[in-house]
Amino acid sequence: MDLLLVLATPLAGALVLAFFGAHRRAPEINVAFSLVVFAAACALSVRVVMHGAATFGDDQFFVDPFNVFLVALTAFVGLTTALFSRPYMRIEMADRRMTSGRLRLYHAMYQLFIGTMLLALTTNNLGLMWVAMEAATLSTVLLVSLYRTPASLEAGWKYFILCGVGIAQALFGTILLYIAAEKVLGAEGVSALLWTHLDAVKGQLEPRVLSIAFVFLLVGYGTKVGLVPLHNWLPDAHAEGPTPISAVLSGLLLNVAIYAVVRCKVLVEGSLHSAWPSAMLMGFGLASVVVASFSLWRQRDIKRLFAYSSIEHMGIITFAFGMGGPVANFAALLHMTVHSLTKSAIFFSAGHAAQKSGSQSIEQIRGLATISPTVGWGLMIGSLAILGVPPFGVFASEFLILTTAMRDHPWATPILLVCFAVAFAAILARVQPMVFGDTKMRRLPHSPALVPVFVHLGIVLLLGLFVPPFLASWYHAAARLIGGG
Amino acid sequence: MPPIPFVMQLLNSLAALLLLLSFAMLAQRRVVTLVNLFALQGGVLCAATLLLAWRTGDGNLYLSAALTFAVKVLVMPWVLHRMIRRLGVYWDTEPLLNIPGTMLVGVLLVVFSFGLAQPISALASTATRSAVGIAIAVILLAFLTMITRRKAMSQVVGFLSMENGLFFGAMSATYGMPMIVELGVALDVLVAMVVMGVFFFQIREQFDSLDLDRLESHKGER
Repeated sequence: MDLLLVLATPLAGALVLAFFGAHRRAPEINVAFSLVVFAAACALSVRVVMHGAATFGDDQFFVDPFNVFLVALTAFVGLTTALFSRPYMRIEMADRRMTSGRLRLYHAMYQLFIGTMLLALTTNNLGLMWVAMEAATLSTVLLVSLYRTPASLEAGWKYFILCGVGIAQALFGTILLYIAAEKVLGAEGVSALLWTHLDAVKGQLEPRVLSIAFVFLLVGYGTKVGLVPLHNWLPDAHAEGPTPISAVLSGLLLNVAIYAVVRCKVLVEGSLHSAWPSAMLMGFGLASVVVASFSLWRQRDIKRLFAYSSIEHMGIITFAFGMGGPVANFAALLHMTVHSLTKSAIFFSAGHAAQKSGSQSIEQIRGLATISPTVGWGLMIGSLAILGVPPFGVFASEFLILTTAMRDHPWATPILLVCFAVAFAAILARVQPMVFGDTKMRRLPHSPALVPVFVHLGIVLLLGLFVPPFLASWYHAAARLIGGG
Repeated sequence: MPPIPFVMQLLNSLAALLLLLSFAMLAQRRVVTLVNLFALQGGVLCAATLLLAWRTGDGNLYLSAALTFAVKVLVMPWVLHRMIRRLGVYWDTEPLLNIPGTMLVGVLLVVFSFGLAQPISALASTATRSAVGIAIAVILLAFLTMITRRKAMSQVVGFLSMENGLFFGAMSATYGMPMIVELGVALDVLVAMVVMGVFFFQIREQFDSLDLDRLESHKGER
């Protein structure tokens, strides 16, 4: 019942908002639907806490500790982003950057996007997961090019073609997985693509076919994660779309893509009895960290800056899953959570900062602390949090990842440390003048609603000091499930 | 060596035809002909599915043959032709790599595909397993078509042709994916078509051209 509500509410919301998306109260309708989804996700989480993992609807859907926390996170960030987008979109309308037609498209697609992500997370069928991932891309393509500027059209087209091609590779990987599974599970019924069934027989799957399948799956879903060298679409897509979309793309979609990669990795590694899938994850992850942290120095656009930071963090998470073992997996899961919360908070502040200055160019944004202290401090604290300054949760997860790397893969530690330092210097050097620089602008009248920013950062701070026991037990269970190391 | 049944021979020649059409698409610069070749490829795919359905008596395969016919032979080529007429894009510009060069790379890709297909077809239980290599080749050739073209329209046809290859691969190695997955994939492809159409008009409105060269250097980087 709660699962049905989680999946059906966004779809219903998309339908309703497709007709009333430009209504005066449409932002509130959007929030209402997101609230229902969040409540249902909470109920689902409580159920998993009480009764453990479960499957639904003829094994077609399932929740376990690995995906339930992502469902809750997705529903939560979906809700706060809807709250943030309410005043944000009103200002965009007042600035005449949005028309009512575009607003309708935006609202309907926002709900559809959240719905497809939740479907990708909860489905047990790997084929359906692919369908949902592709649908998540398609529902955001037109939002990236929403402003119809040359740059946003380029971004939308790139996003569409690169992710389309990437995800086609993932489909081929899924087909190969099906071929191998059909041998063991039989073609009758559809059980040959159900993850829980595959997981039970993973030792019997033909290893050579599975290794080819993994290459295609990693390249395919890796394109969506934004792993180097398949990351080209990501900065454009995150920079050009409306800010609420940047926040959910960066905070949620990348997590869902990583989730898909890790699910596949568990199966393949169980079949191969060798660690090369992990080695590939480590390689791609490390390459992403290196390229992204050095690319930070070339950025002139505030949203591109943080988009590259997302690539860096996705690299860190992929690297940690590649190392495997209880500690690294725990840290990777924690990092997924805190990155998602922190990055969306940063995009909220950055969006308002760009609105106040009338430009996304870093050089045009100056002295936020005088123009609008809440936005300025939100951006500053968010940046410090994402850079891994101690009391915040990002520090905890990065510290765990670094110490595990030091123990298991000492060669990687200096590379990671240098990259963290480079990213620290690059981001701080750009954020500091934006917040504290001199400005001739006066303090602006409308105060933005930044409650979501501080709620997110508050949770990240809490997670840095104390991980609640139910969350820790989920992380531990999921880490055992993912294995490796 | 036992004689190969006639149906299998027919299926294998259809597979060969599919590969031939991929090469023809790789060499074709007229956008209208490209779309016609794509429609023909869909037709061959549909025929192969029907043949296989008749041989195995699998009801799902009849359904997916009908789906292929409706989507890939009728709807998509019709939509693409309409777009070509309304947007007035008839020729692609000179491809990034000249055509003989592209063909050579294509031949290498085919050799590579057959190497890659070896372990997969060894595992597949179906009668058509020799076609797996061709399916991979079609996918990679479509990929090559996308890389070497500059017009948005040709890239899209390449993308759709890649989907044909994927479908053929699934069919020849396992007699098709579970129905719900196949329906979902078809839905996604249809929605992708709509999104592309919207995109074409937006790009056209903004740049007065569908030449993707104009889409460069709008980045906020140094």
